[in-house]
Amino acid sequence: MNADAAALRARARRTQWALLAPYSLWSVLFIVVPLVFVAYYAFTDNAFAFTTEHFVRFFTATSSTDSGEVRTYLLIFGRSLKLAVISTVICLLLGYPLAYIMSRAKPRAQKIMMTLIMIPMWMNFLIRTYAWMTILQDTGILNGFLSLLGLGRVHIIGTEGAVVIGMVYDYLPYMVLPIYSILAKLDVRLIEAARDLGCNGVSVLRRVIWPLSLPGVLSGITMVLIPSVSTFYISQKLGSGKFFLIGDAIEGQYVANNLHFAAAMAFILMVVLLVCMALMKYLTNRQVNGGAKA
Amino acid sequence: MKTASRVFTTLIFLFLFAPIVILLIFSFNASKSLSVFSGFSLKWYGELLNDQVTLSSVRNTLLLAVSAMVISTVMGTAASVGIDRLRRRWLRATLNTVTDIPMTNPDIITGISLMLMFVFAGRLMGFSQSLSFWTMLIAHVTFCLPYVILQVLPKLRQMDPALPEAAQDLGCTPLRAFFKVTIPEIMPGILTGAIMAFTMSLDDFVISYFTSGAGFQTLPIRIYNMTKKTVTPKMYALATIIFFVILALLIISSFTDRDDTKKKKLYRRQPD
Repeated sequence: MNADAAALRARARRTQWALLAPYSLWSVLFIVVPLVFVAYYAFTDNAFAFTTEHFVRFFTATSSTDSGEVRTYLLIFGRSLKLAVISTVICLLLGYPLAYIMSRAKPRAQKIMMTLIMIPMWMNFLIRTYAWMTILQDTGILNGFLSLLGLGRVHIIGTEGAVVIGMVYDYLPYMVLPIYSILAKLDVRLIEAARDLGCNGVSVLRRVIWPLSLPGVLSGITMVLIPSVSTFYISQKLGSGKFFLIGDAIEGQYVANNLHFAAAMAFILMVVLLVCMALMKYLTNRQVNGGAKA
Repeated sequence: MKTASRVFTTLIFLFLFAPIVILLIFSFNASKSLSVFSGFSLKWYGELLNDQVTLSSVRNTLLLAVSAMVISTVMGTAASVGIDRLRRRWLRATLNTVTDIPMTNPDIITGISLMLMFVFAGRLMGFSQSLSFWTMLIAHVTFCLPYVILQVLPKLRQMDPALPEAAQDLGCTPLRAFFKVTIPEIMPGILTGAIMAFTMSLDDFVISYFTSGAGFQTLPIRIYNMTKKTVTPKMYALATIIFFVILALLIISSFTDRDDTKKKKLYRRQPD
């Protein structure tokens, strides 16, 4: 080996280092270290001495609202998970057929529908959620419309149903887009082959299209579930009161400047979500591989 | 089946556009109400144009989004080139995992985690106010970076590695080869990444909410503060303007897209 080649390789290594160093430094400083701070705050008190009191508080504290309803943090966390799962299922049930219809439409129609899905995403979600509030209110537009038709009024605002409507509305595009992008690229010959081999419409969907679209479904589920489980604005406007979902609880503690307790709840949320994601990945991997074997 | 799917699609789009149509209509309301329309008027648009706080929050949002876009695009592109050249697999896997964190973590956790660090660091340095424009900029660059890398890295993978090597064989320095060959080749990815970074920054509320100080207010935070009190159609007027700006941008971009495909076809038609 001559000295020239060695010098060249040394220079290449230096370039590589110069390219990667800013980003690596940035991600350690502003992604990894902040997460360490969440754990640090979660396990310390205001004087930064070790404590588990925040976790004890999370699992035991109770508070009652004006209406006499008893709320514990566990109950709130459970409700967050429940509403997020319901919203995700509804998004999947609405989003998958829509993505399928879009992927089978003419190119021009596909483009128009894509644009129509993107437009709401680009508008500020706070204003859109607020507009839903004026629609769903007891004296709102929906009830005005219903009484105009001679039908009775409905009470939606402040219920779990209203929060689910808000979540489905805000996050439905995040379900449609990843599924659509997979279905649009799906090889049509696979479907034709399945039909040639005697599959009917339903079994083509169940045994060919659905398994192939699973990666899109998975990322759609992730993109709906995570923001729904942690939202606080939707529940503030469409749910009742400030202490409704885990996101509200965290935001409330932040506003009250109880940073350590807020960090503890963020820590619990993060751990639960990590476990959920790992489980989901494991299950889909198994399903995909199992499908291939069968 | 055909009619069923048409009805289904129409219903979904009605659902998606119901609140938008309602805010478009009520932005022209003569009275203060957001649910009873009492006559056409442009007065809320006039009030909006005289609302200095909102106008300055629009300027702040644009300033922040442009700065975050420039920094994250430059740093993200450099990082992508570095990651693409990485031989050590564990290092590459580690970097990819870290890049994924801001995208899979809920915004509220990204926001809280950065806020905790800023507050802690600020206290160490003895600041009374640790949150400012700068902390927001850091936060925005942090959540924009993964989107840039996600767009640029695949373009580098698709590129023929022989191209920059050929340029160097023909006498280019590595740096010149990079700017003359590699950059033009991955430009579509850089542009998409930059646009995504810009729109993510423009639209972000949750992370900004936790990392912003009292002195610097962006538009989403201004809207949040407006919706804490009773809202007048002024906010709907703002939303209507945003809607038409987006619509115009989408129409313009769809035209330039068409030009692109034409160009590609032209290139393909030329003999090698």
